[in-house]
Amino acid sequence: MSAITTPFPEAPVAWSLPYRGKVAMAGLIIGESAIFTIFVVAYLFYIGKSLTGPTPRDVLETPIFFTICLLSSSLTVHFAGRSLERNNRGAFLSLWSLTILLGGLFLFGTGREWHRLIYEHGLTISTNLFGTTYYSLVGLHAFHVTAGLVMLLIVLMFALAGRVGADQFRRVDVLALYWHFVDAVWVVVFTVVYIIGR
Amino acid sequence: MSSDAMAIRTVRIESRPWVEVLHEWITTVDHKRLGILYIVYALFFLVVAGIEATIIRIQLIHPRNDFVSPQVFNRMFTMHGTTMIFFVAIPILFGFANYLVPLMIGARDMAFPRLNAFSFWLTALGGFLLYFSFVGGSGLYGAGNAPDISWWAYAPLAAKAFSPGHSSDYWTIAVLVSGFGSIGTGINLIATVLCMRCPGMKLTRMPLLVWLNLTMAGMLLIVITPLSAAQIMLLIDRYLGGHFFDAQAGGSAVLWMHFFWIFGHPEVYVLVIPSFAFMSEIVPVFSRKPIFGYPVMVGATVCIAFLSMSVWAHHMFSVGMNSYANSFFAITSFMVGIPTGIKIFNWLGTMWGGRIQFKTPMLFCIGFLFQFLIAGLTGIMLASAPFDWQLTYSYFVVAHFHYVIVGGILFALFGAFYYWYPKMTGRMLSETLGKWHFWLFLIGFHVTFDTMHFPGLLGMPRRIYTYEPGRGWDTLNLIVTLGAFIQGIAILVFVWNLIISYFKGEKAGNDPWDAWTLEWSVSSPPPVYNFATVPVVASRRPLWDKKHPEDPDSRYE
Repeated sequence: MSAITTPFPEAPVAWSLPYRGKVAMAGLIIGESAIFTIFVVAYLFYIGKSLTGPTPRDVLETPIFFTICLLSSSLTVHFAGRSLERNNRGAFLSLWSLTILLGGLFLFGTGREWHRLIYEHGLTISTNLFGTTYYSLVGLHAFHVTAGLVMLLIVLMFALAGRVGADQFRRVDVLALYWHFVDAVWVVVFTVVYIIGR
Repeated sequence: MSSDAMAIRTVRIESRPWVEVLHEWITTVDHKRLGILYIVYALFFLVVAGIEATIIRIQLIHPRNDFVSPQVFNRMFTMHGTTMIFFVAIPILFGFANYLVPLMIGARDMAFPRLNAFSFWLTALGGFLLYFSFVGGSGLYGAGNAPDISWWAYAPLAAKAFSPGHSSDYWTIAVLVSGFGSIGTGINLIATVLCMRCPGMKLTRMPLLVWLNLTMAGMLLIVITPLSAAQIMLLIDRYLGGHFFDAQAGGSAVLWMHFFWIFGHPEVYVLVIPSFAFMSEIVPVFSRKPIFGYPVMVGATVCIAFLSMSVWAHHMFSVGMNSYANSFFAITSFMVGIPTGIKIFNWLGTMWGGRIQFKTPMLFCIGFLFQFLIAGLTGIMLASAPFDWQLTYSYFVVAHFHYVIVGGILFALFGAFYYWYPKMTGRMLSETLGKWHFWLFLIGFHVTFDTMHFPGLLGMPRRIYTYEPGRGWDTLNLIVTLGAFIQGIAILVFVWNLIISYFKGEKAGNDPWDAWTLEWSVSSPPPVYNFATVPVVASRRPLWDKKHPEDPDSRYE
């Protein structure tokens, strides 16, 4: 043993620390949750306070199909990670691509709804308080879905190039954790916008 | 052998072209260099915001003064507040956290060195954007330049109609961008402390500085983010025609207040907890005793962090909340006094019976103890709603929070400078200049901020551009301004000390204070790789164990 450690005792037999990627992602999720909380509070606070129409009851339609898409993508991304851990490359690639497809479908659903609201009902972000809070809350979530999709796509590209192996599964799990968070936030946004808000 | 190696390395460093050195500093991901960058950056803005404070004080030196125009006055207090909080206090504390946390837990670097660099440059960009508003803020309207909406930017002042041009946009984006930097640093610190500790460094053996910075980092995640969210809303209002804070469309100005103070109050604790951390390292070393009540100190800190999240609306008593809300926020604010009192008693308990050495770091820490206590007491006065109705928006409040930030946080920071400067540079700061700095600053501080309570009690509102003679405020304001100049001289002594000691200071050696935490076990300044071999610790004071193998702490813990 070198000079610096001699007076110190032997290293403890078992010294394991948590994986830094997971801890950091947990930290990011806590921070992001606080951001979403503020937007959700603003949405709840302004329900029914718009001075002009249209109101949520008039124009909103519950996006059940696209919600199922997004929520089931949490399952696919989870099992993709498990397939990678077992080094089952084919299953990983197909489940990972399916996750991206489901996430993309969800974004398409949001886009279609916004198109309908803007062109059929004339609701924009500056129309009234409902428009302001609705587009910013749903838009903030859609932004997070987009960011998640970009990261999922990057991993897919590396995977297709054969660079993602079983030794990377912990890193892939960190991204999956973010994706689960995006899905969990949707449960809250869905409840607030489409159930309480109407 | 080792001194030869040092000499060769030094020669090589001096012979390199300055562009290469600059490039190395700009692209660095080393936690020690980033720590120093944070600190130097913050010191620069400390001088800038100090000049702004001086302009404010010169304007108020006597009644009906017109040293600057009212518009410039508004810009000065806005820029002074914003700069001091976001671009002095936060970065300087991040600098120390960056430098010290990995060294104290026996790690090679932060958990995410590149994220660390990214966070620093985001903060730097934020400060640049804020000051670029002087040049680019007028926009097409020619209205204003630097932001003049005060540091809390209440609605509707910050709305497009009342703040045309781009000055408020620069403020918003500067704060938003530096906030993202802070979130990055928060995540990085948490991951570093939880995942990078050297063998044996259990959570219960971490130095208190590490514990307190971990708490601070946890707070950053839930404190800075509401402000980011509110800034995004403000940007939506200003750029996309949203109505979040637009009362004419049913929006609420009070909602902005809530969002701002959900950030704004815990922010004080984000700043003061690292100052507690300096206290908890410096006081034991100069009392030659281990810290008194280590577990209680940790518990009290976490308790303060929790309580601080539920006190924000004591900044809003005069807005007209109902009596239940007023009572709730008054009671939670009083409760913060309990864990804070525990901490003050623990520092006293550490000093009690110790062989106290009155070196400059310790002097600043003792100053902190007294002044932070008084700041806490005026805080408790303001936490009672009826008292607050009388004195809110007066100079009493200004005196109170400057007592916290200057008398508390800045004093602890100066202590930290004198304590860790030898580690960062390898040279001791001059004790003589240090004593001059301490006494001048102490006198200047008390002349300014003790006196400032009285115009507040006499009804002088904050943020007024000037005042009429004969209200009993004239002499008091003159004294306050004179004190500000004494503080300015003290700061010049400090800066001179930093510069002269870097070149001429006494060589520090590894461990000039005979201290006990791991950073003192390596050379000063530490090598790039920090530790040649990964240290293994068995107690809270690993260096004590090393120096006293016959009586190690590990036997008792």
